[in-house]
Amino acid sequence: MQSITGVSIADELPADGEPPVVGDGAGTGRLGDRLFGGAAVGSGLIVVALVTLIGVFLLSQALPALAKNEANFFTSTEWAVSGDHPRFGIARLLWVTVLSSLMALSIAVPLGVAVALFLTQYAPRWLARPAAATVDLLAAVPSIVFGLWGLRVLGPMTSGLQDFLRNNLGFIPIFSTTSVGSVTTVFLAGLVLSIMILPIVTALSREVFAQTPGTHKEGALALGATKWEMIRTAVLPFGKPGVISASMLGLGRALGETVAVMMLISSLPGGADWSWSLFGGGETFASKIALGAGEFDSPQKTGAYIAAGLVLFILTFVVNAIARVVIERRKAFTE
Amino acid sequence: MTTVTDAATLSDARPLDLSGKSGSRAAKNSIATVVMSLSFAIAVAPLAWILWTVAVKGGHLLLNASWWTNSQQGITARRVGGGATHAIQGTLLQGAVTAAISVPIGVLTAVYLVEYGRGKLARVVSFMVDILTGVPSIVAGLFIYSVFMTTFGMQRAAIFVCLALTLLMIPTIVRSTEEMLKLVPNELREASYALGVPKWKTIFSIVLPTAFSGIVTGILLGLARIMGETAPLLILGPYTKAIASDLFSGNMATLPTMINQDRDQALQPAVDRIWAASLTLIVLILILNLLGRFISSRSKV
Repeated sequence: MQSITGVSIADELPADGEPPVVGDGAGTGRLGDRLFGGAAVGSGLIVVALVTLIGVFLLSQALPALAKNEANFFTSTEWAVSGDHPRFGIARLLWVTVLSSLMALSIAVPLGVAVALFLTQYAPRWLARPAAATVDLLAAVPSIVFGLWGLRVLGPMTSGLQDFLRNNLGFIPIFSTTSVGSVTTVFLAGLVLSIMILPIVTALSREVFAQTPGTHKEGALALGATKWEMIRTAVLPFGKPGVISASMLGLGRALGETVAVMMLISSLPGGADWSWSLFGGGETFASKIALGAGEFDSPQKTGAYIAAGLVLFILTFVVNAIARVVIERRKAFTE
Repeated sequence: MTTVTDAATLSDARPLDLSGKSGSRAAKNSIATVVMSLSFAIAVAPLAWILWTVAVKGGHLLLNASWWTNSQQGITARRVGGGATHAIQGTLLQGAVTAAISVPIGVLTAVYLVEYGRGKLARVVSFMVDILTGVPSIVAGLFIYSVFMTTFGMQRAAIFVCLALTLLMIPTIVRSTEEMLKLVPNELREASYALGVPKWKTIFSIVLPTAFSGIVTGILLGLARIMGETAPLLILGPYTKAIASDLFSGNMATLPTMINQDRDQALQPAVDRIWAASLTLIVLILILNLLGRFISSRSKV
């Protein structure tokens, strides 16, 4: 499952000028070789072209709409994209996206790390493999089913918990009461998102914990450490970069999640009051775009949504890049 | 830090006890063990809960033959009956077309990265695959929309859904195929070269067949992932109640859009159907997943 780390063979190759690794120079220049080699290079170029096109198209559609926008794109909470005087901004989208994803992360990371530790350090051998496969199966449940389950089963059950937090911790801004009276709040979305990203966090953490050198563990145990102390002093420090990149990959997934979030957060009417609270409504970037799909009838309206999509694209890209850099640095240290 | 004299006086007063751990350390250790085991139980609970809910609420419809043979044409939310053929067929058809486009591109890109790619271009391609991995599915849908609908003014059709799903499927295929190709021992390649077999033929008849089962597993897992994908469908693939098989015009139903269509319904017949559609979708994806795992467990490399 190294694919999860995003590490590719191209990073393990010698630099230019050094001797090639495998089979290079084996190409004979025959027709078959040229055709097959050409097809392989062509596919690589298609991928490069696709990504470039995504960037170019999104930008070219977003810029005209942004130029006509009469509100500040980054600080406005309005979203009125039609007419001659469009006013739209992403402030609320950004806050709801970040808040729900961070809540998901704050539940999924400790839980995922504990599950990974259980699977690699505690579970008996006969249990470890099927147990790991079961957690992985969670990733196979489609997001719309998570949404449906969250809306119709889990949501009503959290109403007591939500009321409890609102009533007792309401003095903290993120727990304050808002105009949203139902259970479909950012809180519920964050809760369901945490279940959705749990398999991602667990899979990668499990992978790095399993790689802890046996000598480190035996050293700790030989010094009289209990199992927990061994984990704290040998396994966790070794796996820390892996856990960080696992969290980042999970965050990337949570930021871009669409359907479940769309079903689980109540939309707010235009001009609703700003709220920092977990118990508020609103839309994330992704759910705003999905909900607005019916509105894509003029280039200007579409452009506004595409501008939001572009911000989401950049956000996920940065988060994924951090994950990649962390895992690369760990590789440099352990080699 | 204890000094030497401190240690000496301590051991004078109380003989060093080497028999066991101190109470608090042992307690912490036991607490940790309990916490870890509990976390696992908490992590598995939602899976069991979701599967249970879906099976109990939607299972009875799947036992009905009409679920597999009829569409929803002429069925309103109030009426019991109808089936999901239209949606099942749409999901399978779109999955197959998506795979048909992404598999050649994905596998060849992986071949390029492992067997041919050196230097700058390989790094760029690998980096681009990484970016593609991180593209949120709604952005992929938005991109296809902005190209074909906004720029070229075409009508929404199933083929555009497939194109958006292709963007999501290519990176997963590239990464899994790459892993498998790297596992093929170099000796096999060298033996083939030593017999004078050209490089393309070596890759085609030695490397790819050796890694075949692993590649198929990757493809099946990728397919399972995109079949449950809903976000691009919301933008590009409107729902219809009738059976449709035209990829290039008209609407085509899929299981995710069938669920989405009635998600806010309160009428019992419609609610039963969305749970049944969810169960059908989960079963479809689980079959692909298990098939993938089964093939990989019998893999040669």
